[in-house]
Amino acid sequence: MPELPIAVAMSGGVDSSTVAALLARQGRSVVGLTMQLWNQRRLPEIAGEAGGTGRCCSLDDVYDARRVAGQIGIPYYVVNFEEQFEERVVKPFVEEYLAGRTPIPCTLCNNYIKFDRFLEMADAVGADQIATGHYARVRRCPESGRYQLRRAVDAAKDQTYFLFGLTQEQLARTLFPLGEMTKPEVRELARDLNLAVAAKGDSQEICFVPNGDYATFLDAYLKERGEALSAARGSIVTTDGRALGEHEGVHHFTVGQRRGLGVATGEPLYVIATDPRTRKVVVGSGNELLRSRAFVKDVNWISFADLCQPVRAQVKIRNKHAAAPAWILPAGAGNPNCVEVSFDEPQRAVTPGQAAVFYQDDLVLGGGWIE
Amino acid sequence: MNTVRHIYFDHNATTPVSPEVLEVVVSALGQTYGNASSIHSFGQAAKQQMEAARRQVAALIHASPKEVVFTSGGTESDNMALLGVARATLEPRHIITTAIEHPAVLGASAQLEREGVKITRVPVGAAGVADPDKVRAALRPETVLVSVMHANNETGAIQPVGEIAHIAREAGIPFHVDGVQALGKIPVDVAALGVDFYSVSAHKLYAPKGVGALYIRKGARWNATTFGGHHERDRRPGTENVPGIVGFGAAAEMAGRGFAAGRDLTAIAALRDRLETAVLDRIPGTGVNGAVARRVPNTTNIYFDGIDGEALVIALDLMGFAVSTGSACSSGAVTPSHVLTAMGLPAERARASIRFSLGLSNTVEQVDALAGALEHAVARLRRISVYA
Repeated sequence: MPELPIAVAMSGGVDSSTVAALLARQGRSVVGLTMQLWNQRRLPEIAGEAGGTGRCCSLDDVYDARRVAGQIGIPYYVVNFEEQFEERVVKPFVEEYLAGRTPIPCTLCNNYIKFDRFLEMADAVGADQIATGHYARVRRCPESGRYQLRRAVDAAKDQTYFLFGLTQEQLARTLFPLGEMTKPEVRELARDLNLAVAAKGDSQEICFVPNGDYATFLDAYLKERGEALSAARGSIVTTDGRALGEHEGVHHFTVGQRRGLGVATGEPLYVIATDPRTRKVVVGSGNELLRSRAFVKDVNWISFADLCQPVRAQVKIRNKHAAAPAWILPAGAGNPNCVEVSFDEPQRAVTPGQAAVFYQDDLVLGGGWIE
Repeated sequence: MNTVRHIYFDHNATTPVSPEVLEVVVSALGQTYGNASSIHSFGQAAKQQMEAARRQVAALIHASPKEVVFTSGGTESDNMALLGVARATLEPRHIITTAIEHPAVLGASAQLEREGVKITRVPVGAAGVADPDKVRAALRPETVLVSVMHANNETGAIQPVGEIAHIAREAGIPFHVDGVQALGKIPVDVAALGVDFYSVSAHKLYAPKGVGALYIRKGARWNATTFGGHHERDRRPGTENVPGIVGFGAAAEMAGRGFAAGRDLTAIAALRDRLETAVLDRIPGTGVNGAVARRVPNTTNIYFDGIDGEALVIALDLMGFAVSTGSACSSGAVTPSHVLTAMGLPAERARASIRFSLGLSNTVEQVDALAGALEHAVARLRRISVYA
């Protein structure tokens, strides 16, 4: 019985290219697959001059991934998941924004595409395991038998914030070979392996949103679907009800945002809340952003099966947030998969739609979505 | 790394260059390097070989050599035909084509549409065949061209181009046929068919890529679409690809001999039928798309219900069998095959369909091995597919 291959998700970037090369060098049988998720030439008004060159899923990335696969001598295929990506990631992203929340498409993509649809494709090519270039670690707990998710060794690159939704079944079949390495080590390894992409820049932004400009993307996407926002204009008001001005739609604003409010006052103003129903954007001082509690729904537990009693944890409420100490409390029998987070110190910009991920040091207990 | 021996069942995408063709191409590349337009002996030698090849290609389609214009391939030939006819006529202009054409014709007609030409795309029935009466019904006073493919690349369905030629001729309208998938698979006689333009490509015929031809009937109204020197009687400028052209000629000669002997094609048809029978007998939930149509002998398009065609192509490749989900160009595209959906297949079934296109080198053993691999792969994919 020949060894079953590992399906490597190859984006054309240095991380996943290194993963493929590393596994191949270890003598593993590897099949490289690039997921085509989004047509960067779609929505021409925002595509930019080169049709999205340099962003995820551009033809350049496929070119790079194919070149690496050729270099290391593995079978390589491009698989098209554009339809599933739009259905499970882009549409929910748009709907969340229009509902006044600030969604994280990367987590949806991990939950429904990269660790779901991709695993099915791995099955199809006869692979029992998948490997990706994510910075995270998976361990099997000898006592509980559960698969644990742990932060990457490189704290600056750690991506566990986006991976809290992984199920035990998914973790059981997933390899994160970069979790034990730092980014400089990965680059050095890529250079040692002579990979053509060793010096390629990191991708930063959300792959289908050019320049991180959500509002322009939303406008272009809705226009393409013939669902242009009607009567989007609304007012900007202070927390005590004073009207300060007008805005072009609540989807242009996110909680904690300071720039681009278009109103001039003496003290710095922040978005405290948005309400798509009344089309109001509520602004206030920095102190008014502070919250000491958050409700978190659709929680996925990783290190244990269910939360029965309050636990101490460090809670991360944004990717760049330094996890803050808190109690995690079960929300009660009527609210399964919901918890209340009670921070020791009030936190700025607890933003509906973002993820709250619960850590005990390196260990990811689980996470969910801020209500 | 990947040591699987690969067996090729994708001859509608392209064919291997046959040894005889390879020999003349290499010889021309090495020795006949003159520019066919040059006055000196080097140029004359190239010109002589090129004109011999033109006679060979003309003979295969029963044209006069003067009516054969060498091009870079099928796509250029199709573009030359559609754009060249449209530009030879004043507004208003209308072109009739079908819903199942190759992207070369679909793309050229879409461009003409942007330039103001009205396009009618005649639908096809469940067999994937255009109805000549629908073409007749689409005729308008301002119709300047009818363009219908001879054989479909995905299903192999042969279109009634003879009848349509008759309709077009009666109406006094030029008729273009994209014959890329017919040449070498069924006899082609442009004179008997009564067509005005006929596109062909060398690499579907065991000759190299990058060379093709457009038959332009003597006297047909047509304008050149690219401009430069006086090559190809002012119809297609640019120094000719002499090695490719002599390879095309040799391949045409061999195809003609094959038809005369009547051997190759019946053998391929028998292999194709053997594959269909094996699949339909041994794998439930399968069927041949467009089975009721008259088809070229080497092509079959089979659906495997509950299967993602893309996954099956990859799984088969890893098992050593090269097949395709449709035309090579549409791999990686989001939308299911426009040909299969035009035939009325639901998107699910269109996505679950695979094209097998056989060639001269395929054997009974290879077909049996493919059927076995299919049985295995489809069973596995159905077991794991949660959406099936």
